[in-house]
Amino acid sequence: MEILLAIIIGTLYASGIYMILRRSLVKLIIGIILLGNGANLLIFLLGRIAKGAPPIIPEESNVFLDAYSDPLPQALILTAIVISFGLQSFAIVLVKRAHKVVKTDDLDEMNATDEYS
Amino acid sequence: MMPQLVIYPLIVQMLLAIVLMFVWSKISWQRTISIVGSILNLGIAVWLFISVWQHGSHTIQAGNWEPPFGITFVADTFAATMVMLTAIAGLAVSSFSAGSVIPARLKFGFFPIFHFLLLGLNGAFLTGDIFNLYVWFEIIIITSFVLLTIGGEKAQLEGAVKYFTLNILASIIFLTAIAVLYGLTGSLNMADLAAKVAAVENRTLVQVNALLFLVGFGIKSAVFPLYFWLPASYHTPPSAVSAIFGGLLTKVGVYALMRVFTLIFEVDPFLENVLIAVAVLTLFSGAVGAIVQKNIRKIFSYLVICHIGYMIAGLGMMTEVAIAGAVFYLIHDITVKTNLFMMSGVIYKIKANHNIKKLGDFYADYPKMSLLFAIPLFSLVGIPPLSGFWPKLSLIGAGWSTENYMLIGGILFASFITLIVIVKLWGEVFWKTGEKLPETRNFPYFNKLTGLKKTQMMAPIIFLSIVSLYIGFGAGNIQALSERIAFELMDNQEYINAVLRK
Repeated sequence: MEILLAIIIGTLYASGIYMILRRSLVKLIIGIILLGNGANLLIFLLGRIAKGAPPIIPEESNVFLDAYSDPLPQALILTAIVISFGLQSFAIVLVKRAHKVVKTDDLDEMNATDEYS
Repeated sequence: MMPQLVIYPLIVQMLLAIVLMFVWSKISWQRTISIVGSILNLGIAVWLFISVWQHGSHTIQAGNWEPPFGITFVADTFAATMVMLTAIAGLAVSSFSAGSVIPARLKFGFFPIFHFLLLGLNGAFLTGDIFNLYVWFEIIIITSFVLLTIGGEKAQLEGAVKYFTLNILASIIFLTAIAVLYGLTGSLNMADLAAKVAAVENRTLVQVNALLFLVGFGIKSAVFPLYFWLPASYHTPPSAVSAIFGGLLTKVGVYALMRVFTLIFEVDPFLENVLIAVAVLTLFSGAVGAIVQKNIRKIFSYLVICHIGYMIAGLGMMTEVAIAGAVFYLIHDITVKTNLFMMSGVIYKIKANHNIKKLGDFYADYPKMSLLFAIPLFSLVGIPPLSGFWPKLSLIGAGWSTENYMLIGGILFASFITLIVIVKLWGEVFWKTGEKLPETRNFPYFNKLTGLKKTQMMAPIIFLSIVSLYIGFGAGNIQALSERIAFELMDNQEYINAVLRK
């Protein structure tokens, strides 16, 4: 299971970076989304996966009796997902607006602010 | 001594933002509430600072969880100082935006977003939890996106696309670094991490993780190979927004670097070399970038980059004297950079132009204002006894004692080029006889504004100039403060004990 997740995370990062390096604005956003998902899965993986063991202490005991899955990474991922959702929706609106005003979706042509003036 | 004092700066900013949202369309109310609220916030920040100065670090555990488990808010001297500087810059920019930003922009929720930005900044300075730091960073960037794009001009949107992409990339790298750190140690509390990271056996992974943090914060603080988003975007929004960005946003990255590399990671010789090389190249490229630009705000944008180099240099040398110099520079830079961008805003309001080749006559037309503007300009260069001079003394002294002659060369070179840039700016904008600029129609020229608006624009510049002069002439006090901060950063046991209640 870990090795499968590791491969998925690697693929997500690689394809995300590849997409960011393209010139199209839409591919840029897709790249950011893929990278964000890769990071979320990475947190999930690094929090150690334990299947079917909720972090609940049995009633007759004071400590955990066997391995349990760490709830904290899941809370972190939830936060990160919500944040990246907000950012991505902003990104999509921004790109739509930028496309309308600048009239191009090629990043190489968006160089008016970098020009020496 | 009240432990709750730590979160008062956060609560004040959040309440302000919420109240401002209720008066969304009443612009004149928003202006008043924002300025009055910022004064209140400054009062609380000063109160927090004095309390921390007298009694030592304050901590509060959210939800009263036992220390390493809950989210901790810590106000040590460094954090309290930064909160106070945020409050000073926040008050100045709040008043300046009330005077200078046009109502059409203010109607899109400028002030609520501005106070959410200040909330994010205060949170980033006060938190003691690395994931919480990530959340505050996200609040900072999402509010800064909105402030950057309010108005929706072509240049703003183009700049925003670049700013936005690289800042999100920085956040993702930061999140990856947190994931690896959590996998290594199983903790997120920064004080707890200090001991746990030192105990990790796989040193290579720790080093790679440290580099991930360096890249993530490096993009945010605009250091050498990662700064290209800054000059592409900082000159596009209204000057009030540039002022708060130039003064505080890159400095949060520097603050986070200082915190992480003094508390969590040990700076080994490899990392030290990386930091020093980055510092020298940042100083060099920022300075050279500034000298060729003609747009007055682009010049200041490159100077922001250039002067980040001094702080990274102090961090790279990793001695107490060097850190004290870097902290002093940070204090000086926040006030001066905020002031310079506001100054460029006033110049733009008077002449409706940003190009220094076309500007001129300023000294002949406005002699008193020119003398006022000379204070931040020459503080930036660091002509003794103004504020930029003193931290460079500490940095160069530390460079001698650690034998980093390259770095001394970089510092002197950047200071020299800054001097040339400022002299050129002074000659072009203030002394030269400028060409007659055609009048732009429907432009709110400075002379046509009401007296209240003029006061709202000039008062913050005078206020920050006085602060700058105090930093210069009362350098002894600021040096004592910087030395105390440097001592606390280098000897992190006090911070750890304060958080973990040992």
